[in-house]
Amino acid sequence: MAESVAEGLLIQEGDHVVMKKEDVYKAVQVQRRKKVIFEKQWIYLDNAVGKHYGTTFEITAGGNLQPKRNEVAAAEPKEAGADNRNIIDDGKSQKLTRDDIEALKEKGIKGQEIVQQLIENSTTFRDKTEFAQEKYIKKKKKKYEAIITIVKPSTRILSMMYYAREPGKICQLRYDTLAQMLTLGNIHAGSQVIVMETCAGLVLGSVMERMGGYGSVIQMYPGTGPVRAATDCFGFPKSFYKTLYEFPLSKVESLISGTFSGHTSVSTEQDSAEGEKESNGSALDKQEPAQEVDEDSCPAMEPESTVDSSQPENQGEMEVCGEENSEKDQNPEKKPIAMEKKRKQDERRKRESEAAVLLQNKNADGLIIASRFHPAPLLLTLLGFVSPSRPFVVYCQYKEPLLECYTKLRERGGVINLKLSETWLRNYQVLPNRSHPKLVMSGGGGYLLHGITVAREASKPSSTCPERTEEPAPKKLKLAELES
Amino acid sequence: MSFVEYKEQIEDGDTAIVFLGHDSMFPVTIKHGSQTQTKYGVIRHSTDLIGKKFGSKVTCSKGGWVYILYPTPELWTMNLPHRTQILYSTDISMITMMLELKPGSVVCESGTGSGSLSHAIIRTVAPTGHLYTVEFHQQRAEKATEEFSQHKVDHLVTVKNQDVCKNGFGVSHVADAVFLDIPSPWEAIGHAKDALKIEGGRVCSFSPCIEQVQRTSLALVEHGFTEINTLEILLRVYDVRGISLPIPDFGTPAEEKGERSDADKSKRFPASQPGMAHFKSGVSPREMVGHTGYLTFATKSLF
Repeated sequence: MAESVAEGLLIQEGDHVVMKKEDVYKAVQVQRRKKVIFEKQWIYLDNAVGKHYGTTFEITAGGNLQPKRNEVAAAEPKEAGADNRNIIDDGKSQKLTRDDIEALKEKGIKGQEIVQQLIENSTTFRDKTEFAQEKYIKKKKKKYEAIITIVKPSTRILSMMYYAREPGKICQLRYDTLAQMLTLGNIHAGSQVIVMETCAGLVLGSVMERMGGYGSVIQMYPGTGPVRAATDCFGFPKSFYKTLYEFPLSKVESLISGTFSGHTSVSTEQDSAEGEKESNGSALDKQEPAQEVDEDSCPAMEPESTVDSSQPENQGEMEVCGEENSEKDQNPEKKPIAMEKKRKQDERRKRESEAAVLLQNKNADGLIIASRFHPAPLLLTLLGFVSPSRPFVVYCQYKEPLLECYTKLRERGGVINLKLSETWLRNYQVLPNRSHPKLVMSGGGGYLLHGITVAREASKPSSTCPERTEEPAPKKLKLAELES
Repeated sequence: MSFVEYKEQIEDGDTAIVFLGHDSMFPVTIKHGSQTQTKYGVIRHSTDLIGKKFGSKVTCSKGGWVYILYPTPELWTMNLPHRTQILYSTDISMITMMLELKPGSVVCESGTGSGSLSHAIIRTVAPTGHLYTVEFHQQRAEKATEEFSQHKVDHLVTVKNQDVCKNGFGVSHVADAVFLDIPSPWEAIGHAKDALKIEGGRVCSFSPCIEQVQRTSLALVEHGFTEINTLEILLRVYDVRGISLPIPDFGTPAEEKGERSDADKSKRFPASQPGMAHFKSGVSPREMVGHTGYLTFATKSLF
């Protein structure tokens, strides 16, 4: 017990961790003697091994990390101006030149000292107001002090990281919207949830975190395999993956019509991957454009990431994920590879038929959709696998497809309490005498349609149908309000 | 076990939600021989509910019908008896994610209030976590205890009737997260720090006024908390409506008009009515909730 507690508390080699500098995050796997780049700095994580999660490090020469102790700054007698009426921007207030600063840096002088030098050589610093001084110091510290904190990955951190760094890869799903999905979907331990996402595996990871390894998750995937780059960043124990199943979208039709051949393909182990496609391939298979089968939807997002100045870092992030595979590929012994490949293929097929059985029971406890595909067909098809009285949540970056989903679900029936919503998130700066909203985030967070499944009936609903009254007719609405 | 584990059939003693349509629903406690009145008539528990599946359509005495739903914390939040102002699912979702709650988490909460957030926390931390909730109002504490046991989640929660600002949470160095929804949260920050595990954890305080946030943030700094962050989350709901807008008449001759509207029809408007353009829209309600409270989060680190 004590050991396992310590294990979770200390950073270990091979752990998936998140580096944090101010509000910037980056997920990496800890590997000895491996260079990682973060915020324009090369870093070796070797020294982080064995330290507690949440430790703050200073980056020393050569990119090594050194735990930073919080030094209590000596309180200096402060001198400050009252306003800026006499401060003139002549561009000469800083007496240190750019070359001077570069020279200081090359000497290996600590960031803290450089900041001190800058303050001392600023002619206007003393005349600045106390608030302006604070702001100045904060700005310079950010630039010259190389400090990072290593934290444990979580949905909170990873969803904020992805939204800030690679929103294109997660369909602009803002973290507060993701939080809504998990709550509205009643995601909890012990349930059986269907997830269809093209958000790099972030939504899947967040669902798995909330389920804590209890129950099961069935991931529906387009193309040749599920994308789990973000899921891996969570660093889940192996046991969590035992509860995770995957099933290809391209075989859903055959599953529904009863022609799914998952069981037979397990017994006919000789089938090659190609053969599998032929035996199970339906028309749906061909409808999928070739580029949609890519491993992590990188190419499609390229234009977006060029806007991001930290693009090389993004690639660094992917490197970590690809590492293991590429090493195996380089193995010169070909026979074991083929064996391994076959074993994996068999394993995969076995899991696929297990997933098929779970789906065919049509008793899933929830459905979560967040993808770049049109949500209406996904929703209408996948809802068939969900039990009555269970919540479902659909995310879409745009509102219009969800309007269509709403209308089609009404026609289909079997759902109640349909809600189309969006959340706005406002961050605040809270400082003595300087509290105000920081920035408004709107629009970009996406939209949600959610509701609850109910038993469907073959017969036509009667005229007193509650669903009818739910139809958004403004006049009836008012009547209902008056009644209540 | 209810509330933290789905089940198929309705049984005696369960809490269920009766859904009448259009946001109109209420909770019932299922009891043999009991009856529930709705505007569609009477529902008899023994014959109409017990043994049926959650999500079934239940026909009432007057021929109308309702749906009977499984009680999730979200449905409970919409239907619970208010003893205080409550937290709604929008804020709850943010609190749950930002406090990093998951199965196994140990959470401290004060005040318990009407138990809206408590149910959501219990759902998330089950089956291995625990909630320690503190409520200084004796009657409310008792009522909450009663509800937890009725909802069969009492093994996952401990209710204490004491003043959190004076006496703390009654536990020390066990919590992964602390949540405060009290008038003077700054007086409880010290106790929150003490309740959190030695190695650290997360804290959140909910306050309606910015002055409360300011004092809380100051107290958080004084107690060595880091990553202090205040935010506000607002829910915008849209009504999905079919809208028809009249197309203006520019005095175009009749034959031509007919031609054009035909063309329009095939292009954009599947209109049955001439001279009208139809489309679907997500319409914002005339009024919305503009403010519930500020959420202030912070981290306690080992150092």
